[in-house]
Amino acid sequence: MAPANMEQNVEEQLRAHRRKDLLRFITCGSVDDGKSTLIGRLLYDSKMVFEDQLSTLEQDSKTVGTQGGALDFALLMDGLAAEREQGITIDVAYRFFSTARRAFIVADTPGHEQYTRNMITGASTANLAVILVDARKGILTQTRRHAFLVSLMGIRKVVLAINKMDLVDYDQATFGRICAEFTAFGRQINLDAVTAIPLSALKGDNVTARTSTMDWYEGQTLIEHLENVETIDQSRSAPFRLCVQWVNRPDLNFRGFSGTIASGEIYSGDTVRVLPSGKEARVARVVTYDGDLAHAVAGQSVTLTLDHEIDIARGDVLASPLDPPAIADQFNTTLIWMSEEPLLPGRSYLVKIGTKAVTGTVTSIRHKINVNTLEQLAAKTLALNEIAVANIQLAQQITFDPYEKNHETGGFILIDRITNATVGAGLIRFALRRSKNIHWQAVEVDKSARANHKHQKACVLWFTGLSGAGKSTVANALEKKLFALGRHTYLLDGDNVRHGLNRDLGFTDADRVENIRRVAEVSKLMVDAGLIVLVSFISPFRAERELARNLLQPDEFFEVFVDTPLDEAERRDPKGLYKKARRGEIRNFTGIDSPYEAPHNPEFRIDTTHVSAEEAADLILRLLNERGMLGGQA
Amino acid sequence: MAGSHPGLTNLQRLEAESIHILREVVAECERPVMLYSIGKDSAVMLHLAMKAFYPAKPPFPLLHVDTTWKFKEMIAFRDQRVRELGLELLVHTNAEGIAQGIGPFTHGSSVHTDVMKTQGLKQALDKWQFDAAFGGARRDEEKSRAKERVFSFRSGQHRWDPREQRPELWRLYNTRVHRGESIRVFPLSNWTELDVWQYIYQENIPIVPLYFAKERPVVKRDRALIMVDDARMPLHTGEKPEFRKVRFRTLGCYPLTGAIESEADTLPAIIGEMLAATTSERQGRMIDHDSAASMEKKKQEGYF
Repeated sequence: MAPANMEQNVEEQLRAHRRKDLLRFITCGSVDDGKSTLIGRLLYDSKMVFEDQLSTLEQDSKTVGTQGGALDFALLMDGLAAEREQGITIDVAYRFFSTARRAFIVADTPGHEQYTRNMITGASTANLAVILVDARKGILTQTRRHAFLVSLMGIRKVVLAINKMDLVDYDQATFGRICAEFTAFGRQINLDAVTAIPLSALKGDNVTARTSTMDWYEGQTLIEHLENVETIDQSRSAPFRLCVQWVNRPDLNFRGFSGTIASGEIYSGDTVRVLPSGKEARVARVVTYDGDLAHAVAGQSVTLTLDHEIDIARGDVLASPLDPPAIADQFNTTLIWMSEEPLLPGRSYLVKIGTKAVTGTVTSIRHKINVNTLEQLAAKTLALNEIAVANIQLAQQITFDPYEKNHETGGFILIDRITNATVGAGLIRFALRRSKNIHWQAVEVDKSARANHKHQKACVLWFTGLSGAGKSTVANALEKKLFALGRHTYLLDGDNVRHGLNRDLGFTDADRVENIRRVAEVSKLMVDAGLIVLVSFISPFRAERELARNLLQPDEFFEVFVDTPLDEAERRDPKGLYKKARRGEIRNFTGIDSPYEAPHNPEFRIDTTHVSAEEAADLILRLLNERGMLGGQA
Repeated sequence: MAGSHPGLTNLQRLEAESIHILREVVAECERPVMLYSIGKDSAVMLHLAMKAFYPAKPPFPLLHVDTTWKFKEMIAFRDQRVRELGLELLVHTNAEGIAQGIGPFTHGSSVHTDVMKTQGLKQALDKWQFDAAFGGARRDEEKSRAKERVFSFRSGQHRWDPREQRPELWRLYNTRVHRGESIRVFPLSNWTELDVWQYIYQENIPIVPLYFAKERPVVKRDRALIMVDDARMPLHTGEKPEFRKVRFRTLGCYPLTGAIESEADTLPAIIGEMLAATTSERQGRMIDHDSAASMEKKKQEGYF
């Protein structure tokens, strides 16, 4: 081809590429279903596999392949050395290919351990799911699981790819039987738009090309279907939402609100409502680097300016005033747990939704769902990959839509506040009305009035440490000294509280969290009453001690770490509990078969191997006085 | 565009996603920085940053880890772009590596890359205490990248643990780190090589002239064409630089970057060659050749 011709040709190709839209889809199936072979073939047929990658593939196929030295497309997919060595797939991977009409991003998720977590992650950004079935095996338990997860995440477009048709002699009746069975199951879980395609990824039948092997099939090939399926997502027709990401203030003359349009569309001149404040303004400009727009739609990242000044910050939502989102702080949700550390109701997590992050707790697990049978089961905690319907309570009200109406304003993640790991995902179903009816009763005699009356500042001294460390002994000595100085105190002791308020709780991790949550709330009420509260609890988990700390003002909480090494506490064993635990008569005993997480930065650390209880109490008393907690008269 | 209600095109979606990611980091992280490696991907990333914060300037500096072995034209281009856009540029070179005389000819590609690039990068991130660093890596480049998150968490030692990656759902990114830890953020994760070239063409983004074919002095070594960019290149006996019309598909340290013979001196011609290409772009990079897993290993050690 002459250079001039080639350039013209390239420019045509570029124009075509520029017009392409994007389809993101997820493939569900295990290695045995031929998933990697299918994706490998899609990449190979769309010329996304280069010669140098092929030579690596040929080499790897001979050394670690599972196809007897023939090209093992699965190796093209397994990106990490650990995976190739162990012949497994660890994580969700994203693949890219394009045809003349459309660009595709494939979320490829492994078919075994951690499946739920990875599939949910891949499904969250997909518009379509391809569920693979081995024609010889038909609908299996895992097929139902895949279909359920797809439906859960709100993917409405599903392709049932019935693979390995070559191994059932391209039999139409087999295809028909599998379709009928899947359709019946799909109706139970609200999957109604299912397109079934018989194919052979290995031979290529009905993947990118139609072959003569299945004349009875009149539908599209897989790639034809993927190229033609409607991609304008429902978010386009939903009411306008924009979660404010960043306030753009280069100088005093410009104040814009940057964000990605989550749903709907906006015209310059439209009125928007700001949530949660409820104030309204008109859109003055839709600003982009390429010039102002008259109109912008879901998916675009823009900056809006308004016709008059309103206080707006990151985390606020700009919405259509005709159909605004709701505001609440308690929700019924579906939770998907993604961490090795179990979910503990009552523990405080960070909840990120849209561009807003607030703390929150799971107040109750209604039931968990067996993803294979859809059975509802009772549960106190959730383990990795478990799914449940649960109520959550947030520390403040947020702006939201139900997940089925809007994925962007109804889907959230849970972050562990200590490790910062993303530990779960959730879908808001509906708000619990209760939150509207309980108001904090404002009272006129307040905390500081009561405390002043007692010539002290109210606070919590939170004693933590192993059983037998000497917490109660030190707390007791300190309380006697405070009492002698005329201060008003109360000592909350772990054993005593378990006889009454917390009589219903045991020693599992979940019960320990609830135990501490209640004690933290009680101590908060006592601080409100103006008291100096001494709390003597093992309180083994950092997260719950943080929760207690966060209920109070920064100068009201003092963590006292009674630091006695395990062997010393066990040697003392004042109540004979360690001996029982060692004999296996007590289970979940802190330090023996249940962990103790030592504080990182306690306000006081007492080394009981070096100081007596009396000395420790004097030390704390002196420091409290220095910090002005005793009204300067001690 | 056809149709009364067209959806967004692939490139519009990719652009919007990248802008979203850039803004999310600026809104949530304390000290972000953009790693500017001067190549085409960095050019696109920088262009997206100009868009994301418009009319403000990107509220973070650019960082270039200079191994002192980059092509001269790259450094000239870097300084020109930064001046034109009015941005802050930080340049860091591993002084210990210089003192030890580390270089690709004397120590080989892997020692040079580790000391001058990986260690240099870690020094720079520690020196300025950045908690988030943007990089131009794409998932379609290499197999281990296909499994990396957009927000890639790094320990205090800058290590990547592929088994401890945070799930990324919807558009929700977890940016939280402890003091000393950091995240590498890849706004171009979902772009392909064709998307990058298409975007450069459509947006008229300036790129280093080395991408265009021109007569350049090269010698042939181990099947690669190496450009003699300065006098530090030791010539073997009988070796004589000859002028050939060549260009580069990726840019790095000149002794480690192979040129290809080409007539393509315009963007459409480059893209035409790319569409007809039968080898992937990283093929010209010496550091990837050791084994298919070498990139993964480098990433675990703190390489981008």
